Amino acid sequence: MIPQPETKRGIMLRKLKSLSFATALAFAPFTVHAADISGAGATFPYPVYAKWAEAYFKETGLTMNYQSIGSGGGIKQIKAKTVDFGATDAPMKPADLKTFNLIQFPTVMGAIVPVVNLDGVKPSEMVLNGHVLAEIYLGHITKWNDPAIAALNKGMVLPAIDIAVVHRSDGSGTTFNFTTYLSATNAAWDEVGVGKAVEWPAGLGGKGNEGVAALVGHMTGAIGYVEHSYAHQNHMIYTRMINKDGHAVEPSLETIQAAAANADWAHAEGNYLVLANQPGADSWPMTAATFILMQKVQDKPKTGRETEDFFIWAMDKGDDLAKDLVYVPMPDNVVSMTKALMQTLTDKNNKPLPLAGHAL
Amino acid sequence: MSDITASRFKSRMNIGDPLFKGLTFFFATLVLAVLAAIVSVLVMDSLPALQKFGPAFVWSQHWNPVKDNYGALVPLVGTIVTALIALIIGVPFSFGMAFFLTELCPHWARQPIAIAIELLAAVPSIIYGIWGLFVLVPIFQHYIEPALIATIGQIPIIGLLFQGPAIGMGVLLAGFILALMILPFVTSVMREVFSAVPAVLRESAYGLGATRWEVVWRVVLPYSRVGVVGAIMLGLGRALGETMAVTFVIGNAHRLSLSLMAPGTTISSTLANEFTEADGAIYTSSLIALGLVLFVLTFTVLAIGKKLLLRNVGKGGTA
Repeated sequence: MIPQPETKRGIMLRKLKSLSFATALAFAPFTVHAADISGAGATFPYPVYAKWAEAYFKETGLTMNYQSIGSGGGIKQIKAKTVDFGATDAPMKPADLKTFNLIQFPTVMGAIVPVVNLDGVKPSEMVLNGHVLAEIYLGHITKWNDPAIAALNKGMVLPAIDIAVVHRSDGSGTTFNFTTYLSATNAAWDEVGVGKAVEWPAGLGGKGNEGVAALVGHMTGAIGYVEHSYAHQNHMIYTRMINKDGHAVEPSLETIQAAAANADWAHAEGNYLVLANQPGADSWPMTAATFILMQKVQDKPKTGRETEDFFIWAMDKGDDLAKDLVYVPMPDNVVSMTKALMQTLTDKNNKPLPLAGHAL
Repeated sequence: MSDITASRFKSRMNIGDPLFKGLTFFFATLVLAVLAAIVSVLVMDSLPALQKFGPAFVWSQHWNPVKDNYGALVPLVGTIVTALIALIIGVPFSFGMAFFLTELCPHWARQPIAIAIELLAAVPSIIYGIWGLFVLVPIFQHYIEPALIATIGQIPIIGLLFQGPAIGMGVLLAGFILALMILPFVTSVMREVFSAVPAVLRESAYGLGATRWEVVWRVVLPYSRVGVVGAIMLGLGRALGETMAVTFVIGNAHRLSLSLMAPGTTISSTLANEFTEADGAIYTSSLIALGLVLFVLTFTVLAIGKKLLLRNVGKGGTA
């Protein structure tokens, strides 16, 4: 993908479009779909699911409609069976999967990055660590020239302005992974806790990646957290992070892959695995996998098969598309585990679903 | 006309009349039925939350999805404070405009200005929101809020309402945008109320040698006082329920803060932000309970407003 120079007006218009689009979606939870497969949920993997759907349509003529309404919404809709699959960044606990009779599998991994708006600061110039980030989000560090930030950024001129903390206002898996990381690196975060939505001690909220990006973009002195490929595509000013091993790393395919290398999927019941704060010299500390939820018993075997087909196609042929958007595909052993898991889906008569076989 | 046609006409009328009456009755009562249905659904679905938290739901300031502990205080206060700011900024403007249009404006300009003001009501609220976010936030952040902090912020007591940091977004900006949004409604109702003052009263006052100022303060305003309050209440009712524009600029933070420049939240913006993604029975139920609180608040305000307006019209008729 060639990054094209964009005018400020162009960026603004696009943000505006996505902002109002997200708002429109928020008010349309019960849309009727004409698509062959429909899914809803996490905003974090939205760019890659949209790309996959486009390529899949070209190859098979089948459409996949994905609404990025947030992980909480995805879980809600798959429980209510209003969609064929739900998507979430916060994995569902194995016990909950049993209760609602769902299966869960990871599709891609990505990163969450802090983004800032400070005059003269370029992408990747500033360095932060989990402890300081948590102090900022707790409201303990309120100025950019705080000694704790200065200590990590020797030689940088930090302005004496207030930090405007921006978080997500909607229930979001990005927030789940972000707060997981904060609580892993700063004990004081435990009073806030970990979740898709939390009682934020400081700051203001924006709806979706778009909302956070718009707020950070319009306020000098702001800091927020967004999904990495979103920051990448919108040329936002992200920071480097100091990882568990004490190295300052940039968010990239390599550092996300490094963080994923240690993940033990084989022993994660129900694929419940959170990748925050992984060890390794090159690991990006805010790495996260994103998950798909499907009903174990498919009321409509035909669409069930087509949904399976889509994800098997995506795992076999979608790796390059994912990498273009700076998501890391799942390793081969996870892919074969996922394929085996799909064999356990049944129809109402407890018969296994055969694959429909499009594009395979 | 022959007898046959006449009788046929008569019999058709006999069916048509009650049919029409029944139809209109049906539509009129349908509104009531919908209202009753809304109330009952709100009450039923908010029961789990109200049972868990009791009446403390209204004055608890927690909103913690992690611990499943919810209270309405923060969004309730945000709703009321933004609406009050809207009134404080909007009502003097509306009053001035309505007054100018009914008393001072040259005849040829009256209609164009009135239409322009009413057209403000036709601007969709999301436009106000986007305009607020992209245009007003930087202006508030760099100019208005620093100026307020440096001036009013230094005064004891009142200054507490204007403490930094100036981030642009927040309760103050939300109130400002709401003021613009209620302007056309309050202005046009006030115009009606002022026009309802009988000309003979005004003319008598002028005849006694009263100045324009005296006519305004001693005759027109006392006569239409109740109606003016009614107009304000209608504006308040609208400000309380406004969602999209507020969500864009208020900052969506569940925190009580004395400073008007701090981010906050309102009931309707909380619902817009969280409803689609609330998983868990108590979370959803608490959001619906918030809706119930807003319903009661808005209903009360609008009922009072209507009542005052009707009283004024009645009085105008008998004078």
